[in-house]
Amino acid sequence: MAKAGTQAKPEVLLDIRNLRIEARVFPPGEAPRDITLVDDVSLTLKRGKVLGLIGESGAGKSTIGLSSMGYGRGGCRITGGEVILNGRDILKSGKSGIRKLRGREVCYVAQSAAAAFNPAHRLMDQVVEAALLHGTATRAEAERRAIALFRKLSLPDPENIGRRFPHQVSGGQLQRVMTAMALCSEPDLIVFDEPTTALDVTTQIDVLAAIKDAIRDTGVAALYITHDLAVVAQVADEIMVLRHGKLVEWGGTRQIIKEPRQDYTNALVSVHEIEHREKKPGTAAFLSVKNVTAAYGGGTVKVLKNVSVDIFPGQTLAVVGESGSGKSTLARAVTGLLPPSEGSVTFSGRTLANRLADRTKEDLRQLQMIYQMADVAMNPRQTVGAIIGRPLEFYFDLRGKRRDLRVAELLEKIEMGKGFIDRYPAELSGGQKQRVCIARALAAKPKLIICDEVTSALDPLVANGILKLLLDLQQEEDVAYLFITHDLATVKSIADSIAVMYRGEVVRYGPKSEVLKPPFDAYTDLLLSSVPEMEIGWLEKAIQGRRMESAGN
Amino acid sequence: MLDLKRIPAGAWLGLVFTTLFMVAAIFAPWIAPYGLGEIVGNVWEPASAQYWLGTDNLGRDLLSRLIYGARTTILIAVLATALSFTLGSVLGFTAAVVGGWFDTLMSRFVDLLMAIPTLIFALVVLSVLPSTLVTLILVMGILDATRVYRLSRAVAVDINVMDFVEAAKLRGEGSTWIIFREILPNALSPLVSELGLRFIYAVLFLSALSFLGLGVQPPQADWGGMVKENKDGIVFGIPAALIPAAAIAALAISVNLVADWVLNRTTSLKGGRG
Repeated sequence: MAKAGTQAKPEVLLDIRNLRIEARVFPPGEAPRDITLVDDVSLTLKRGKVLGLIGESGAGKSTIGLSSMGYGRGGCRITGGEVILNGRDILKSGKSGIRKLRGREVCYVAQSAAAAFNPAHRLMDQVVEAALLHGTATRAEAERRAIALFRKLSLPDPENIGRRFPHQVSGGQLQRVMTAMALCSEPDLIVFDEPTTALDVTTQIDVLAAIKDAIRDTGVAALYITHDLAVVAQVADEIMVLRHGKLVEWGGTRQIIKEPRQDYTNALVSVHEIEHREKKPGTAAFLSVKNVTAAYGGGTVKVLKNVSVDIFPGQTLAVVGESGSGKSTLARAVTGLLPPSEGSVTFSGRTLANRLADRTKEDLRQLQMIYQMADVAMNPRQTVGAIIGRPLEFYFDLRGKRRDLRVAELLEKIEMGKGFIDRYPAELSGGQKQRVCIARALAAKPKLIICDEVTSALDPLVANGILKLLLDLQQEEDVAYLFITHDLATVKSIADSIAVMYRGEVVRYGPKSEVLKPPFDAYTDLLLSSVPEMEIGWLEKAIQGRRMESAGN
Repeated sequence: MLDLKRIPAGAWLGLVFTTLFMVAAIFAPWIAPYGLGEIVGNVWEPASAQYWLGTDNLGRDLLSRLIYGARTTILIAVLATALSFTLGSVLGFTAAVVGGWFDTLMSRFVDLLMAIPTLIFALVVLSVLPSTLVTLILVMGILDATRVYRLSRAVAVDINVMDFVEAAKLRGEGSTWIIFREILPNALSPLVSELGLRFIYAVLFLSALSFLGLGVQPPQADWGGMVKENKDGIVFGIPAALIPAAAIAALAISVNLVADWVLNRTTSLKGGRG
């Protein structure tokens, strides 16, 4: 390895001083103005160390991470400060200087590997591209290095996986391939931008372990961006907490998670705690799923096998499992979007029609649904008032003033003011969008709301607010929830009974207290032990103690 | 809502010219200095104070014929475009939402129509049927509807799988609501940009038909027909044929400037407030 200036490398790799990043925004009804995204943030990172950047969305963590490669995303401008990498200020090095640095000295691992890979090229070509472009290796060398990295990141069939296309490997594997891509050109610094956020807990643990080993073995430094403190505690040497583009607290990992000095850090550390006392299951379930089997593709791919669960009035049934376990398919079978091939769904003593088109309006009203991605679950061309008002018109024939009154009432219920009535979804934050979806479901006065991963796209603090709201609404409206999630912390705080699903079957089912009481079956144990805990060294312990591998989806 | 100061210069230009053409078309009998078929001077007189654009191959005032021609050309093009858009988008959206055999049947039928070159198809039909305004509009509208159908079906198929459409289906909404309230507003941007183009294609198509003698019949004036009448003059260096051609070009450009601007406004997801 003969890189230019190897002998003169200073010990401090990255030194960001008084960084200031601005962007121009176009608020509704006002003149465009500049806002400050990152305000006076400084950090230093030594060679081979890992710094975790943490905060909720909009805290500026990704923006700071990208500034280390001189990049401003979507109209962001770096307006002040210095970014000193390997002893020189890269903001002054011009376009060609930055081009030499990206992919050679600094590499980037994106949150959604599935969206970041070019679907038209084979993995290997993309992995070695940066090394070839910068001329740091010949193709044969780079490919040899890539295969060694694939092996180190415990990818299956390391010799040949490079010949596959991105859609031919799973999400967790793709994320590891992307890490290999970043490591392939042997950079000094890697920016990890939420690399495990989009993954299941069971997959996350594998990717996390792989990343950690790779960082240790190659001695690369890293900026690790995430909103999950428990995750960052496993890999980082130091943690920096950010809020609204300003530094809140910066310290060693142990200090941040054990003795946080700021209130905000404290709130982040203790975020998942919601007290929820389990309700005893009543005698009469109002909705029963009986021996349902469902399949896609005309019966060839069975995704639900003989599933039976009951839902009691005013209670929450949580369905847990990793992706591909059939949780969402269960919801589709209950709603009639995917008619079951065998078995039936009974509601208040009568059997519901299998197909959506055969159900009565009254049956449809009683079952409402909230989606994972609130922004695609609402028509972007309708205002909040129209979105919430439509079920009122449709089911109760409320119009004009009476409708507007009820919409305002519902907005009040979801803790949003009247001023939102004329807003479009694009003008709401993620949490507000999800609240509007909740209001739309509530407007129908249903007996059951199906919540499909409703909090997994949200920041922990925002998600916490949504969960509390759902619990309050359950008390007020006596509505039952079928709560689909892969996040066990959420389950603990909201469920009355739990069904654990694995490869289309219910492997464990019962009241919360029983399901979460040992002895566990192997899969429930894997799920439970994969939830990151805010404890240093948890990762190694968890990996050692596992009884089975994840399904790897 | 509409802030006049924020309309860009290009859109202004388009708006002014489009309005000019529209006014000319609507108020033709009051604006035109001479009658439509009135022979007022010699053949191919040059432009003068009396005849602003000169006279044509029979000695009729070119400006007056141009103004009356705008009326016929724009009327037919507008009606044909309206027909093709209503027909094409409604059928396209329905095919995307209903799917199944309806979709297959419609799409294959449209493929069949598109497989025959439009101009030849129109020539055959128009030479068989009596050449009236109504047949002309119907033929042009239906042939153009195939293109609109293709576009709107493709756009709607993408929108139809979004969660908000699924939410509407779960609510129990009928196809009419889904097509007009959920899909149409989200498909508007590509449709508007297509609308500008299609209108102009309609003008060009009509002009081509008239030039070939199967469009608007004399003594009625339309721009394509006027090019035909005066084309022999080009050999003698007389620009009379170029004037209606220039009018076609000007209309094409100005309508599309307006369409672009409307497109910019409809793409905003914040109700055009941002």
